[in-house]
Amino acid sequence: MTYEDKTELIIEAGRTEKQYWKDLWRYRELFYFLAWRDIVVRYKQTAIGIAWALIRPFLTMVVFTVVFGKLAKLPSEGVPYPILVFAAMLPWQFFANALSECSNSLIGNANLISKVYFPRLIVPGSAVIVSFVDFLVSGIILLALMAWYNFVPDWRIITLPLFILIAFGAAMGAGLWLAALNVKYRDFRYIVPFIVQFGLYISPVGFSSSIVPEQWRMIYSLNPMVGVIDGFRWAILGGKVELDWPKFILSLALVALLFASGVWYFRKTERTFADVI
Amino acid sequence: MSDTVILVENLGKKYVIGHQQRLPYNTMRESMVRGAKSFGRNLLKPFGQKVPNPAYEEFWALKDVSFEIKQGDRVGIIGRNGAGKSTVLKILSRITEPTTGRISIKGRVASLLEVGTGFHPELTGRENIYLNGAILGMSRTEIKKKFDEIVAFAEVEKFLDTPVKRYSSGMYVRLAFAVAAHLEPEILLVDEVLAVGDVGFQKKCIGKMEDVGRDGRTVLFVSHSMNTMTSLCNRGILLESGTLCSDTSAEEASRIYLNKAFSVARGTPLSQRRDRSGSGKVRAYSFRILNEEGREEVSLESGKDYYFEIGYHNHTGIIIKDVVVSLDIYDERDIIVFLLRTNFTNSNLELKADRGQIVCRIKNLPLTNGLYRFSIFISDADREILDYIEDAASVSIEAGDFFGTGSPGLPSHCKILAKAEWSTS
Repeated sequence: MTYEDKTELIIEAGRTEKQYWKDLWRYRELFYFLAWRDIVVRYKQTAIGIAWALIRPFLTMVVFTVVFGKLAKLPSEGVPYPILVFAAMLPWQFFANALSECSNSLIGNANLISKVYFPRLIVPGSAVIVSFVDFLVSGIILLALMAWYNFVPDWRIITLPLFILIAFGAAMGAGLWLAALNVKYRDFRYIVPFIVQFGLYISPVGFSSSIVPEQWRMIYSLNPMVGVIDGFRWAILGGKVELDWPKFILSLALVALLFASGVWYFRKTERTFADVI
Repeated sequence: MSDTVILVENLGKKYVIGHQQRLPYNTMRESMVRGAKSFGRNLLKPFGQKVPNPAYEEFWALKDVSFEIKQGDRVGIIGRNGAGKSTVLKILSRITEPTTGRISIKGRVASLLEVGTGFHPELTGRENIYLNGAILGMSRTEIKKKFDEIVAFAEVEKFLDTPVKRYSSGMYVRLAFAVAAHLEPEILLVDEVLAVGDVGFQKKCIGKMEDVGRDGRTVLFVSHSMNTMTSLCNRGILLESGTLCSDTSAEEASRIYLNKAFSVARGTPLSQRRDRSGSGKVRAYSFRILNEEGREEVSLESGKDYYFEIGYHNHTGIIIKDVVVSLDIYDERDIIVFLLRTNFTNSNLELKADRGQIVCRIKNLPLTNGLYRFSIFISDADREILDYIEDAASVSIEAGDFFGTGSPGLPSHCKILAKAEWSTS
C-alpha cells in the first residue's frame, strides 16, 4: 500500500466519493485479514477444529437422504441420492451461512465501524469469504461421495465456477441488504434465522426441483436459490438432470437485481453506520 | 513548507437524539408507526406545517467550524466535554459524514481514536499486530518490515505467541499503541489515547509523537490534558459547544480554556448546566460546601473540616444501590490534585428513588491556598455513568492553620499539605 498519490480528498455531506472504489482496492488485504481472523478465532479452543466444517453438512446430508430418499421415496434422477442431496446442499449451506454471517457482520464489528475508517463493504464481504472457505472444505465430502459411488461427472463440471459466482452474488446481495438494515433495525437479527430455516424447505435441497408441478415452476424460480441449486446439479450430475433455461435466466436476473440493489442500499446507508450502530 | 494540508470550511454535524429512547437503535415497528403517522398527517393536511416530533430533537454537535492546517503544524484541539472535539476527529478520519460544510485533505491520514481497535482477545500478540495493522491501513509487507520495531517498542517479545486475553492491561495498551505509532502517515489524528498506560510508557508515546511532528508531518491531537497539549503542540484550537472559540498558540488556547473553566464553574448554576455526559438517569443539580456548623461557604481555609454536599435527582424512580460518586479536584494548571471517591473507601452509596443529598466529609482540608475546580462523577457501579459534569464548581482556598503552627505551607511550591513528624537520632 503506497500512498504516492497526492490527490486531494474532499469530504462533504452526501458525497459519493469517487475515492470509494479506489479505497476498496487499497484496503483489499483487509478482506483477507478479517476473514482470516474469523476463521482462526472460530476454531480456537475447539478440540477437533476445522472438522466441524465437515461434520455438520455430512450429518445433514445423511438425514436428508434418509428422510427424502428412503422414507418419502422421492425420485433421484438416476443418481445416488446422497450425491443428489449434496450437490444442492453445498450451495445452500454456502448461501445460508453467508447470509447469516453477513447480516450480523456489521454489528459484530461495531467497535471497528465507530473507530476506524475503511470501506464498510469489506466487513460483509469478508463474512462471505469465510463462508466460502467452509464451502470449499465441505466440497471434500462431495469428492468423497463421488469416489464412493464411482460417479464421474462430465464436461459440465467446468461450468461450476460460474454457478458458484451466482451463489456468491445471491448471498452477497441479500446479505448486504440485511446487514445494512440490521444496523438500524435490530429486528432483522430475528428475521434472518427464520429466512434460513424457511428457505431450506422452499428450495430444492432435499429433493429435485422436478417434483414441483409444472404450473408452479415459474413462481418457484422466483426463489433465486432455485436457479443456483439447479445449476449446481446440472453441472455436477451431468446429463442426468436438465436445466430449464428460461427459468434459470429468470433466477439469474433476480440474483443480479438483488446484488445491484444490495450494493446500492448498502452504499446509501453506509455513511450513517457510525452514527446509529 | 507552509502549504495547507487540511482546509475545513463551515463544518457542521447534526445528530437527532431521541428523548425517551431505551435503545440506541430503532425498531422497525416504531419506524413504521412513525411513517404511517406522518403519511396520515400529510394526507389530511397536505399544505400544513411540518409538525416536529417531540420525542426527537436535533442537536448540532458542530456548527460552522472553519480552520486551516498547514503542513508540519501540531495542533491541539481542546474543549469541554461535548464541545465537539471528537466529532471533528471522526469527520476528518471519515468515520462519519458531516451534515454541512466541506473539508479538503492532502496526504495520507491515519487516525487513532482508540488504542487497540480491532484487537481480538483470542488471537496472539503476533496475529493481532498483523490484524490491527491491516485495520489501520498498513499493508502486509509494511507490517512485516516494521514487525521487529513494533515488538521492541511494545516490550512484549516474550509473549508474542500468547493470546492477548492473557496480557496485563499495560502490555495490551503498549502493544496497541506500538502498532499505531508505526504507521507512517503524513497527517496523524490522535484522540486522548495517551491517558492510558504507565507513566514511563506515556513518556515514550509522547516522544514518538514529537518525532512525528519533527519530521514535518502534521499532528492533530484531541486532549483534555493541558500539559501534554502545550508540550506537544504549537497551535491550539479551542471548541466551545460545537463552535470554534479560538485558534491561537497552544499556550494561549490552554490559558483561555482554563479561564473559561473557572468562570463556568462560578457562573452557571448546576441545575442549568447542559455540558454533561452520562445516561442522565441521575442528575446532580446542586453543589454546596458547608462548614462544620452547616453554613454554606464560598471560600475555604486549609486545615478546616468541610462537608461537600451534592443534591441529586433520581429520574429512574427506583432505589439505586452501589453507586460510585467521585469528586475530582483540579488546580489552576488543570492537574487533578486528588480524587474523593466512594469506592476507595468501600463506601459506595445507595440513592433514594426520587431525590436527596450526597454528603462527603473531609477533615483537615490538606490543600494550600489557590483556586480549585471540582468535577462531579456519579456512576452505577461499573455498569454505566449516570452523570458527569466537569468544572461543576470552583472554589478558592485561603491559607489556614493546617499544621497548627500558623504556617501556610509554600503554596507556590506545593499543593498538598501533610503533617509529618521529624526527629534526629
